[in-house]
Amino acid sequence: MKCKVCREPAVIDIRRHNANFCGDHFLKLVRDQTQKAIDEFKMFAPGERILVAVSGGKDSLALWDILLELGYEANGLYIGLGIGGYSDRSGDQVRAFAAERGLKLEQIELRDQYGYDVPTAAAVTKRVPCSACGLSKRHLFDKAALQGGYDAVATGHNLDDEAAVLFGNTLRWQTEYLARQHPVLPARPGFPRKVKPLVRLGEREMAAYCVLRGIDYIVEECPMAVGNKHIGYKEALNAIEATSPGAKQAFYFGFLARAVERFADAAPAYAEAGDTAACTRCGVPTTSEICAFCRLLERTAGAEPVHLTIKGKRVDA
Amino acid sequence: MQVNLRNPNRTIIFEGPMSIVALLQKLDLNRESVLVIRGGTLVPGDALLTADDVVEIRPVISGGVA
Repeated sequence: MKCKVCREPAVIDIRRHNANFCGDHFLKLVRDQTQKAIDEFKMFAPGERILVAVSGGKDSLALWDILLELGYEANGLYIGLGIGGYSDRSGDQVRAFAAERGLKLEQIELRDQYGYDVPTAAAVTKRVPCSACGLSKRHLFDKAALQGGYDAVATGHNLDDEAAVLFGNTLRWQTEYLARQHPVLPARPGFPRKVKPLVRLGEREMAAYCVLRGIDYIVEECPMAVGNKHIGYKEALNAIEATSPGAKQAFYFGFLARAVERFADAAPAYAEAGDTAACTRCGVPTTSEICAFCRLLERTAGAEPVHLTIKGKRVDA
Repeated sequence: MQVNLRNPNRTIIFEGPMSIVALLQKLDLNRESVLVIRGGTLVPGDALLTADDVVEIRPVISGGVA
């Protein structure tokens, strides 16, 4: 197997490109594809300040590394979710990554700073853990970006993530979600711009990037996400990709090019100025008196920390 | 050869030599869903593993099994 560019021995094949790459040219490909996505979707420009949402996983750490390699000003924000040993190990990975490179990392610990953690919030609200987790992360990343004067929040969603979300939304024709699935969500009053610079790169490529760059990341997945639908959708799409290389890319980018506009009428009616008021607790725009995050704080206040179990086994140790 | 797998962590010993493609077929793994790593770097898909090799098969799907 030879590198498509230099004919030296290749270390990875990318079947959807029908090409093999040596380490150096693979790393260049990853950076080039990231820059292409940034430019194509007008995510941000040189000189703008980016806040990278880092979890300790391969995608977010790779994204932070790539943005710095491309010359962007990018700081990290890590949120400790309180999911037992998994969160401890994730936080350690992020802190080590930042310390080794002398990067600016902001950290929030839900339990210390907001008095709850994700397992407890899930138990109190009687909803899946991913619900409280997503709500907390969205609110806190938005808040940190606005308070820190950042121009955009960047997340490590890759092609496989976006294709799987699209697959799930299409299976159920969730037109409101389809209408807003885009690599960029523009800023609006009270909310920062949100961007996904890795949408042109697959999950396998991001893991390979980390291996070749020597980036240690947490390989285990959140114990609370194991077995969820999203992972099943990814496996289904990979089964298709194995016999039809490029299927995931064609599915997602075909949607962006030829279909998303057709759902424009279903787009959520983002609140007009007169439809919202500032949350009486924290001040973010909301359509009710108290925003969803502050309602979560209210419900979890004073709750005893809990440990979630699946089939009788603790999943947060 | 020693093959280390994840989620859950486990080790399987195979007779060598064997190609990557044959190894993944034996393990019923999709090449799209894993990386094969030896000595801290990637092993290309056409590589032949020997009896003395120690390799890690790492799932790339977040939460995936290998």
